[in-house]
Amino acid sequence: MTAKSLMKQATQTVTYDIEKIRDDFPILKQQVNGKPLVYLDNGATAQKPQQVIEVLDQYYREYNSNIHRGVHTLSEKATGAYEAARLKIKNFINAESIQQVILTSGTTASINLVAQSYGRSTLKQGDEIIITEMEHHSNIVPWQMLCEQTGAKLKVVPINDKGELIMEEYESLLNDRTRLVAVVHISNALGTINPVEDIIKLAHNRGIPVLLDGAQAVPHCPVDVQALDCDFYCFSGHKLFGPTGTGVLYGKKALLESMPPWQGGGDMIRTVRFDETTYNDLPYKFEAGTPDIAGVIGTGAAIDYVSAIGMDNIAHYESELLAYATEIMSAIDGLTLVGTADNKAGILSFVMKDIHPHDIGTILDQHGVAIRTGHHCAMPVMERYEIPATARASLALYNTRDDIDHLVEAINNVRKVFA
Amino acid sequence: MSIDMKDLYQDVIVDHNRTPRNFGKIDHADVSLEGYNPLCGDRLTLYIKFDNDTITDISFDGSGCAISVASASLMTEALKGKTTEQAEKVFNDFHHLITDEEPELDIEKFGKLAALAGVRDYPSRIKCASLCWHTLNGLLEGNRSSITTE
Ligand SMILES: Cc1ncc(COP(=O)(O)O)c(C=O)c1O
Repeated sequence: MTAKSLMKQATQTVTYDIEKIRDDFPILKQQVNGKPLVYLDNGATAQKPQQVIEVLDQYYREYNSNIHRGVHTLSEKATGAYEAARLKIKNFINAESIQQVILTSGTTASINLVAQSYGRSTLKQGDEIIITEMEHHSNIVPWQMLCEQTGAKLKVVPINDKGELIMEEYESLLNDRTRLVAVVHISNALGTINPVEDIIKLAHNRGIPVLLDGAQAVPHCPVDVQALDCDFYCFSGHKLFGPTGTGVLYGKKALLESMPPWQGGGDMIRTVRFDETTYNDLPYKFEAGTPDIAGVIGTGAAIDYVSAIGMDNIAHYESELLAYATEIMSAIDGLTLVGTADNKAGILSFVMKDIHPHDIGTILDQHGVAIRTGHHCAMPVMERYEIPATARASLALYNTRDDIDHLVEAINNVRKVFA
Repeated sequence: MSIDMKDLYQDVIVDHNRTPRNFGKIDHADVSLEGYNPLCGDRLTLYIKFDNDTITDISFDGSGCAISVASASLMTEALKGKTTEQAEKVFNDFHHLITDEEPELDIEKFGKLAALAGVRDYPSRIKCASLCWHTLNGLLEGNRSSITTE
């Protein structure tokens, strides 16, 4: 590391005001089962800062109305706020234009949109789609459905014991029949940060487009879709400290323009006659019906919030926290971390000898520690490690070493119950 | 450890999880059925041998959380020697015990099974405790394919 980047890191650490950040999240101040809440289920959904909650409240109190269709003052105000949020999202991921920012109900909807519009209009019998063994079900099932509809085949890149993609296998799966590569940017079950730049370059060498599932990446590291050169990028607002019910599909313009609409309805049309309907321009072509207006405006506020802290700062803070957690959790007798990739984000999936993850989850909850247990919508990952489930602690920008210490203390209590 | 936790993970449960009774396949069982809880991946198979209407032998194997394994272990203990009619009655009573807010049941008569009453306060865990029971019910109703809690 150069002296300059060390300096930068030093100042970053200094300016990260964790007290102030925690103070912004009202939900964190409560007690659960008589203990202060330690929220470590951020991979499932993140908590919302005051700044987001206030924006939702203000919308419903002051200017709730439908967008893109009223001439009245409230509607114009709502439309303005909604489109301003789209612009914030565009800048946040560095998209070229707002036309490439399609607002959906979540990552799942974004992926299904690509599968049913792009996939269904271009794939044929014998074509191939490449995914990986570590995908969330939402980046598996839409492609399986597409394969059923078109006769295309799904190819799966395997992972190694650490939970890293085996890149040689990926390369050997790429061929003349490959029509799309769909890969998770950061794995929700293992925490692996995939080498997406390499994945994209290798696919592009053969002219194959790449979709990235960024649900777990966007809240934790800077994402620049132009630098990545990905063809589609999908994420959810609720994991990014915004409200539930919002999501984003970014796409390259030429691709989006060539794609037929997916769902039909209001807003996505220009003119409707019984003998012919013409469609609206991007991005509205893909936005049928009344969207989650408050949710989108709230997601814009969430982007303002994380941008003010700085995604680089957040990534740096979380990686230090991850290193701390990894070290002390690895030292717990009988505990095994599942997912130990060299390049990892703040997700700690673990199993304990002779203790089922659900029992861990219930006992931790009694200590005020919220984690997730189960298969994390990634059953193939569980199968790969031959385990029914894991317990998973997932970090966010407001977690502290104190939270990790509470987690470890609660885990030690689990061991006592079953001793 | 908090008092509440003691209520769920009572000694009986911890013990039956660590050393489950009637664990393992019965060779030449008259019936067997797999129960699966997709939410947690618990997977138990129940084996029963009958003499007319009487359960002469009952066992299970598979894997699951402490609650589901202990429940299966306690269930097999409770049902050995019972008639199918009696077993159905125990199934119904047990169901009320773990799901009713204030069950109008004589807790005494449940014997060791009463140790599972605590799951009532943990809604996400009721399925764990009831997996083996639903499998039993499936068997008694003549179901031979497989049972899921969904
Ligand atoms: C990696 C990954 N992809 C996709 C999703 C689906 O996101 P959503 O449920 O918001 O559509 C999730 C959420 O759990 C995820 O972690």
